[in-house]
Amino acid sequence: MQVPAYVEYEKATSVEHALALLARFGPEARILAGGHSLIPMMKLRIAQPETLIDINGLSELSYIKVTDGELRIGAMTRHAQLLDSAVAGKHFAILHDAEKVIADPIVRNWGTVGGSLCQADPSEDLSATFAALKATMVIQDPAGSRTVPAREFHTGPYETVVAPGELLTEIRIAIRPGGGSSYEKVGRRVGDWPVGAAGAAIWLAGATIAEAGVGLTAVGAQHFSAAEAEEFLRGAPATEASFARAGEIAAEHCRPSSDQRGPADYKRHLAQELTVRALRKALRRARPQDA
Amino acid sequence: MQITVNVNGAEYTREVEARLLLIHFLRDELRLTGSHWGCDTSNCGACVVWLDDTPVKSCTVLTAMADGHEVRTVEDLERDGVLDPIQQGFAECHGLQCGFCTPGMMLTARWLLDRVPDPSTEEIREALSGQICRCTGYENIVRSVRWAAEHADADQRLDHDSGEDGSNQAEHDGGPG
Repeated sequence: MQVPAYVEYEKATSVEHALALLARFGPEARILAGGHSLIPMMKLRIAQPETLIDINGLSELSYIKVTDGELRIGAMTRHAQLLDSAVAGKHFAILHDAEKVIADPIVRNWGTVGGSLCQADPSEDLSATFAALKATMVIQDPAGSRTVPAREFHTGPYETVVAPGELLTEIRIAIRPGGGSSYEKVGRRVGDWPVGAAGAAIWLAGATIAEAGVGLTAVGAQHFSAAEAEEFLRGAPATEASFARAGEIAAEHCRPSSDQRGPADYKRHLAQELTVRALRKALRRARPQDA
Repeated sequence: MQITVNVNGAEYTREVEARLLLIHFLRDELRLTGSHWGCDTSNCGACVVWLDDTPVKSCTVLTAMADGHEVRTVEDLERDGVLDPIQQGFAECHGLQCGFCTPGMMLTARWLLDRVPDPSTEEIREALSGQICRCTGYENIVRSVRWAAEHADADQRLDHDSGEDGSNQAEHDGGPG
């Protein structure tokens, strides 16, 4: 039987209260959002916080809305809510693509967007998704809030820039015209981590790619992204040939490792092929009249 | 810590450790052993219960997180001797073999039918994709859910002999569907 070690528990009633509790209990306290990563780790005694600060009551952090030309997602938004959100899917179809393949429907009911990001598992899907979208994370402490680009959010496996005493509160994605996005994942079965996955976002100016984002999951990509492929795509024609080359570049620059989910060369192949597929679908969505 | 949880319509106030998982609270403290403690890793779904209106894997939820909330377990599907159509569907279509996964399967299926009253087999499979039947009886589980969808308003008296027809329908507190 797996049981967490003894732990203290505090129920936060507001963001301010959560931040006050974090300050009071110090670096051995952990925020408890959906708990679907933290509680399994506590059961295995990999994580052993002294105090849990439960933020499930903070409905103020559960929302998906458009404000000032940005899609804004509250950190306590559950995966199922993001998957069900018409406004999220309308602007960024990649969010629905990714959410549909995260864990399983029951886990998605309770696991949260912010919790997944702060868990920072290198095989987690939303990190590459938000990297592709060039999203911005909003992090709050008692003195105020700061913003961090998605690509600077992670400092390593299971590590983020969110310091003790801070709370991730929101994810922001700029809405720009001419955009299309998608996420392609290969996994062994429902609920498993991906063998590999790629996300793409492109913004067109006529037949040219004005801006591109390529995110990669579980293949050892720096900042969950393929910066060199994006650099190649910027200003390139939105053609199959461009996408093929971008896939090759993405594969060249990632550093997958062999494990029980597959050998490194297969994962590198996935990085290449899934990048191409994601770009292809992103283009179709950027040009709905051609679909 | 002291918690108060509404389980199947009844309030329970208990002193618990913060680390107590909801599945163990339900089974060991309240003796509601219909929910099964399976893989312990949030993979199998035998422990699925509703937390407020949402199915969750109760091996991955702390009892403390349910404080002030409502929990619904498999014991709540049958009301006053009347089976929920989903239970009747599992009986009619041989939806269970060893029965271990059944409580979770039925609670997720009930939730699906509340949201999608006439689901396709694809939708049923998707909804149940986070739950494992180690007897591999998925075909009949899907048939059972379809049966329930097609018999949403049926009279499901526990005792077939005394029920006989639909004459007791008015006692069903609005009916199970």
